[in-house]
Amino acid sequence: MHHHLILRVVTKLLCGAIMLFAFYVQFHGDFSPGGGFQAGVIMAVAFIVYGVVFGVNQVKLVFPPWFVHKLVALGVLVYAGTGIFSMYLGYGFLDYGAFDPGHPSHGQHNGILAVELGVGITVTGVMVAVYYAFASRPPTINDEDW
Amino acid sequence: MQTFIDIVLFLMLAATAISIVRTKSLFAIVMLSGVFSLLSALLLVTLDAVDVAFTEAAVGAGISTVLMLGTLALTSRTEKPSSHSNFVPFVVVLITGAALIYGTLDMPNFGDPNAPAHVHVGPDYLERSVEEIDVPNVVTSILASYRGFDTLGETAVVFTAGIAVLLLISGLRRRREDEEADEVDDNEGQS
Repeated sequence: MHHHLILRVVTKLLCGAIMLFAFYVQFHGDFSPGGGFQAGVIMAVAFIVYGVVFGVNQVKLVFPPWFVHKLVALGVLVYAGTGIFSMYLGYGFLDYGAFDPGHPSHGQHNGILAVELGVGITVTGVMVAVYYAFASRPPTINDEDW
Repeated sequence: MQTFIDIVLFLMLAATAISIVRTKSLFAIVMLSGVFSLLSALLLVTLDAVDVAFTEAAVGAGISTVLMLGTLALTSRTEKPSSHSNFVPFVVVLITGAALIYGTLDMPNFGDPNAPAHVHVGPDYLERSVEEIDVPNVVTSILASYRGFDTLGETAVVFTAGIAVLLLISGLRRRREDEEADEVDDNEGQS
């Protein structure tokens, strides 16, 4: 898409805003609609939009596939690790009361943030990885055909 | 007013579905399916299910449209004309639709306070959430805390799906072999 000047400029402006919105949805999920899943999708969209406009090889320089593949597993690890950690502290699996025994609802907040982060990381990873898998396949349509 | 909005949205949904069936251009179909998802998201907003609407808008209208476009780039851009009659599929669709409508007859009415969803653990969660979790968004407190195991399972499902797609179509191993082949070619070219 070398000649779509407006698309390229707007995408560059939007990418940062999209990522910021993803972080907002991620960490404000306790108070407003949203959470890890939606935030992960929005974060992935920032990279996908960049890839669609500038070409998948450009976005792979910023967000290399090996890193994306690590993220896919890291999120599940963070989620399950939260559960294991609460077990380590002598509570049940995923019992967030463990993280602040004196004030259980604070512990709940911390636990929810941790597991939502895990969900967000995995979803970002999977969405971007699936996009890479589709977009990296050889035959593509010419710009003129759209 | 609520009824009017519902009727308009459902009419637009039906119009989108019909135009998807009748359009031959796959690019237009992908875009129309994005429109379909956006309209469903609007319907969910009118039901006050903002979290679900958010997901539908992000996944249905956003990601899946992009993935379909990615797939479209690998195939042709118009649907092949059908070579056999549409009669049998039409009958199958009619029967399935009739069965689904028959199924809804047993479902509780919209907003029925005695619906199973409202008499099981739901009220308990709503009552205890403020005190125990102290998170304003009850959806988050149910998803991440009361139903933490379920969400862990969902995350594992997303993980598994991602791995499956990577195994099927990413071609990681093949690319490595290609690169090796290229290197061999380069070396031969130099010597």
